[in-house]
Amino acid sequence: MNVATLPGPHDIARRVLPNGIAALARENPHAPSVVITGLLNAGSIFDPPDRAGLAAFAAAALLRGTFQRDFAAIHELLESNGASLTIGGGLHSASFSGKSLAEDLPLLLDLLSDSLRNPSFEPAQVERLRGEIVTGLKIREQDTRYVAGRAFRALAYSDGHPYGRPMGGTPESVAAITRDDLVAFHRQHYDPRGMIVVVVGAVAPEEALDAVERALADWTADAAPAPLPVPGAPRLDRTRTEFVAMPGKSQADLVLGVPGPSRLAPEWHAANLANHILGVFGMYGRIGAEVRERRGLAYYSYSRLDGGPGPGPWRVIAGVNPAHVEQTIAAIRAEIRRFLDAGPTSQELVDSKAYFIGRLPLQLEDNEGIAGAILSMERYGLGLDYLQRYASLIDAVSEADVLDAARRYLDPDRYALAVAGPALPGDGEEGV
Amino acid sequence: MTGRTTQVTRYVLDNGLTILLKEVHTAPVASWWVLYRVGSRNERTGQTGISHWVEHMLFKGTPRFPAGTLDEAIERVGGVWNAQTSFDYTAYFETLPAQHIGLALEIEADRMQNALFDPAEVEAERTVIISERQGSENSPTFWLHEETRAAAFRVHPYHHPIIGDMADLHTITRDELYAHYQTYYAPNNAVAVAVGAFDSAELLRQIETLYSAIPRRPDPPPVTRTEPPQQGERTVRVERPGNASYIYLAYRAPEAAHPDWIRLAVVDSILAGASAPGGDSIGNRTSRLYRALVETELAAGVGGGLYPSVDPYLFSIMVTVRDGRTPEEVQDALDREIARVSAGEVSQAELDKAKKQARALFAYGTESVTGQAFWLAFAENFAGYSWYEDYLSRLDAVTLDEVQDAAARYLRRSQRTVGWFIPVDEGDPPRSAS
Repeated sequence: MNVATLPGPHDIARRVLPNGIAALARENPHAPSVVITGLLNAGSIFDPPDRAGLAAFAAAALLRGTFQRDFAAIHELLESNGASLTIGGGLHSASFSGKSLAEDLPLLLDLLSDSLRNPSFEPAQVERLRGEIVTGLKIREQDTRYVAGRAFRALAYSDGHPYGRPMGGTPESVAAITRDDLVAFHRQHYDPRGMIVVVVGAVAPEEALDAVERALADWTADAAPAPLPVPGAPRLDRTRTEFVAMPGKSQADLVLGVPGPSRLAPEWHAANLANHILGVFGMYGRIGAEVRERRGLAYYSYSRLDGGPGPGPWRVIAGVNPAHVEQTIAAIRAEIRRFLDAGPTSQELVDSKAYFIGRLPLQLEDNEGIAGAILSMERYGLGLDYLQRYASLIDAVSEADVLDAARRYLDPDRYALAVAGPALPGDGEEGV
Repeated sequence: MTGRTTQVTRYVLDNGLTILLKEVHTAPVASWWVLYRVGSRNERTGQTGISHWVEHMLFKGTPRFPAGTLDEAIERVGGVWNAQTSFDYTAYFETLPAQHIGLALEIEADRMQNALFDPAEVEAERTVIISERQGSENSPTFWLHEETRAAAFRVHPYHHPIIGDMADLHTITRDELYAHYQTYYAPNNAVAVAVGAFDSAELLRQIETLYSAIPRRPDPPPVTRTEPPQQGERTVRVERPGNASYIYLAYRAPEAAHPDWIRLAVVDSILAGASAPGGDSIGNRTSRLYRALVETELAAGVGGGLYPSVDPYLFSIMVTVRDGRTPEEVQDALDREIARVSAGEVSQAELDKAKKQARALFAYGTESVTGQAFWLAFAENFAGYSWYEDYLSRLDAVTLDEVQDAAARYLRRSQRTVGWFIPVDEGDPPRSAS
């Protein structure tokens, strides 16, 4: 691979506006389209404890009307031009992404700016949206994977840690959110400081940055921005488990894991490689080979490392027949134990490194892929030459580094485990 | 523009393998697809789900590439691979850094003829596939779609789900799977497509070297069970534990190669929002049904679907009933809105908007070689690849009269199946012996 062709300092333009917005752009002339993506520090981590779901509600309300444009006007403008724009609440950030034909970039940025800065939170729209959110939450209550994931978070991040709360809230918490809550959250957290905007597509980089500047440079905020509250998460001192019985289900979902490293941790790449070997490489790594391929216990069984600005989870996720839950848990724990005992083989590490480095051309094939990579560079301060340095960063990770990183977080005897599904056969609960 | 793109070239080898090549030099990647003209459409009762299961078995090794070795070989070069089984086809693909496309050609040539179907692997996969079906069963809408489709098709194999009926997943044998493979996995029943950064002449030479020696097989049996005309509205109620009601409305629709298909696609766009073959979808908040159902706070969401199929299939509308509302009131509003369209209340402005949206969606769809290659293979199966290449020009030629006429002919109550999902509180329904 020719690293000079990867996005880097030679072709990514970067400009920090006086109001604190970091804008980045790279040209991709091959299709007549453009994407924008980015984020602001307005995620659910700022939800007050009794207002779970506030950040997500606020983000979803931004495109429901501004003081200049009502709901219909916003969406007519987007859809009649074949464009799309979404804003959604995440854990740390509110993030946005949009897409249009290249000539419509100013329109897209204008709509983004208007909706971030001037949302009207019109009462009728707030109520309409509330009903849609509550319906969506009730539907998710029926999703075994969602329910298991939520229970896992509450177990792995206890004692009021913000990661332990359900990001979208609950039907009850969303019902309690008032329009005043939304207005106040917006006033406090929607702020150009810390905001990142990335533009990739058939637009010259400086032209794209000029367009960002025209749309957003005059946005100022007076209050000091709230610091990002990202507490660390201690290692679990004991195993915590929860089983959630869900009538009428055929399959059980289970999530087993621990708080993991942040994206900024020095051992990030080593942990990421460990995770890849354990539950991603090939058909879901060692865990997939054992649980799915060798024993046929599950349709899916894999591990995942979230990273992010804080101690995101490192977890194994599996969908299994209820009769196989215990066997699956035992098999997953055995694989974790085996990995912590002996670490990766040298062949496994060579293979996973080859994949990490070799996948760049596919990841960077389209505008979204390039924009996502640039957003990560800016968000985590990786430097614009990160992709040029990437292969050597990965190559430098040793087998001992991978083993150390795994031992630092994983433990087959101390973990959080949540299972959601029909009552387990033989547990005495059946038919109750 | 530095990226060079060529037209599609089509070749047919002596053994009947159809090959489509399109050079796209925008990124150093290439995608290789082999699509077999077999899916749930070709299955008979007692063997439902067999095409999908065969797809799984093609990841279980050949003498040359034992199970598991290929996942690793592909990841080592930074590629991805996968497969999908649908009503009308089973398709396999690899997308790789362009210099490694030879690996993809070798894998697919090998498993076109040499998959092992090891009996122990068949049994291990049985539980995986049963687990896959159970995972789908966790979703209320899976049951609703399955039951509604079964009611919409009494005779044609579109009646049954792609994953298969549970009874068949318990009883299908290794030899039945292998016979299915032998019958349908033939070069003369396949379409192979490459899109990406390669030289077509050079790639064609490589393809000929690997594929031309694969023997032609007897033509697979044709699908003969044509669905008879529908004689009146059909209704289905699914009652299961859940927290929301859904309405799934399915109108009989023409096959993709029929001239009415694209006219109905415009009706879909106007009613339920824009989506285009090969492109992303964009929001549907200015669509008729969003305004009539979601803005009025009757529904939490609505979407439409017109699937390009080999045989006549369905135009469907899916509505999530908003918490606190009833399916009855949503159905009434839905029917009123559809009646407006079938009565000819469609404007030139709406038609123009649908065309413009499709143009933008197509522009987005040309960014990825994987998506382009899929659509060429998919379209070649149901109508010929030019169906995809000419989509925008055919869409441009659609007139308002044609749209109004198509709406009037297809959106008829007598030609639809109405499915409702009704959540019930009680626990598990009585279990049958298994």
